[in-house]
Amino acid sequence: MAQNQASTGLETPGRGLFAEISKNLRACMQCGTCTGSCGSASKMDYTPRQVWRMVQAGMKEEIFKSRTFWLCSSCYYCTLRCPRGLPLTDTMAALKRVATAEGYFSDRKSPVFYKAFLDNVRKYGRVRETEMMTRYFLAVKNPAVPLSFVPLGLKLMAKGKMDVRISGFGGSGKLDRLYRKVMELEAAK
Amino acid sequence: MKYFYYPGCSLEHSAKEYDVSARALMRLLGHELIEVDDWTCCGASAADTTSRLLSIVLPARNLALAQKSGVRADMLVPCSSCYLNLRRADDLISRDGLTADLTNRVLKEEGLSYAGGIRVRHLLDVLANDIGAEAIAAGLKQSLSGLSVAPYYGCQALRPFSDFDDPEQPHSMDALIGAAGASVFDWSMAAKCCGAGLMTTKKELCLELVADILGAAKGADCIATVCPMCQMNLEISQKKISRMRGKALEIAIVYLPQLLGYSLGLPRDGLRLDLNLALTGSFKDLLADMSKQVAVPGR
Ligand code: SF4
Ligand code: SF4
Repeated sequence: MAQNQASTGLETPGRGLFAEISKNLRACMQCGTCTGSCGSASKMDYTPRQVWRMVQAGMKEEIFKSRTFWLCSSCYYCTLRCPRGLPLTDTMAALKRVATAEGYFSDRKSPVFYKAFLDNVRKYGRVRETEMMTRYFLAVKNPAVPLSFVPLGLKLMAKGKMDVRISGFGGSGKLDRLYRKVMELEAAK
Repeated sequence: MKYFYYPGCSLEHSAKEYDVSARALMRLLGHELIEVDDWTCCGASAADTTSRLLSIVLPARNLALAQKSGVRADMLVPCSSCYLNLRRADDLISRDGLTADLTNRVLKEEGLSYAGGIRVRHLLDVLANDIGAEAIAAGLKQSLSGLSVAPYYGCQALRPFSDFDDPEQPHSMDALIGAAGASVFDWSMAAKCCGAGLMTTKKELCLELVADILGAAKGADCIATVCPMCQMNLEISQKKISRMRGKALEIAIVYLPQLLGYSLGLPRDGLRLDLNLALTGSFKDLLADMSKQVAVPGR
């Protein structure tokens, strides 16, 4: 069985990317199969089908004020079932990238978490869960967030499943060279 | 057979028992795993939210390291999210020249390159199709007879790359579970989403999704998983979810290689069931009762 075409490694950051997303969705016939397949749809403020329409209409502000695309769990049901074969999960990810790049943080938690994660990877090559979560909690600055993770942390700790190595801020990282080159190539486009 | 092995970050810590049991099971069945030397994170679901190129470069680095070793083998990946990322990187680099060129310009910074062509395989694919139910039946030491197992596949082992199972009605675990002597619990949630990484940023939504899955498994003795994220999401908040829904939804959650390994007589240290966060008392009793019965005669 074939999968729907995924987008490639190159894209135009910012304004250009939004136009690309819109172009990708041109064949949408608003049938709603994607929404009907989405386990997150009931918690979204706009359903996936509505978001595609809003993208086509250029309603950027409304889209990025919404929490819809941050609620996409990348389950690929919509992508699998769309009768037009559109790369919908990839499109949700692309919306996350535009939001992150242009600072549309209607919801700070998600971008802050992903940044903490990627910084951790840049530094050590692999994720050190405890340090990553610590940085995430520091960065969201909402005391309720770390508290909600105390039970999980304690359970993992009890089983010896937490990596508790934490080092200082800054310093050079294992994957610095790769990250730098990625940024350089993306800036050049 | 020989496989490259990419454990991924979760299997180093929160999913140690998955790593231990997958390695032990493969060894017991006579297969060799070559861990990718100096492997690094595949980017999980985070890289894709920030940079498309980074989300390809991170997994590609690991494929490049495997290729550099000169060994020719498929890449075995137990984590569904890592599997998807590695497989997508290979797929894009193999069929899109521009992606290949950009990725290799970045990899060059570390003296690496990837030409495409390593077959990325999920552990479930290898167990179901390379090893197969017959091998499990042939090595059976402890039949799991009487155990009802709900097979849970989740998303990214099946979608968007759907070449080893049906992405809507998966069945590749059935024969394996049957060969171990257990029965397959018939349910409709096998391929539904547990919320995956949203447990960190969108906990309320995730708990609802998990509650539906646990509720549908009522009547089974355990749920078998093939992904560290599914496993953790299903096991971590059972008490809270039971309170939320006003009924007892506790159920044992085990990794498929733990279950198969148990039936093949892997010792404790090859199973690490002590690390699972949700093993109900009744599940442990079932296992204990089984081991009191005489092992399969005359094999
Ligand atoms: S399933 Fe495809 S065609 Fe139908 S509404 Fe969704 S995106 Fe449009
Ligand atoms: S991939 Fe995202 S948008 Fe599509 S069905 Fe799954 S959660 Fe919904």
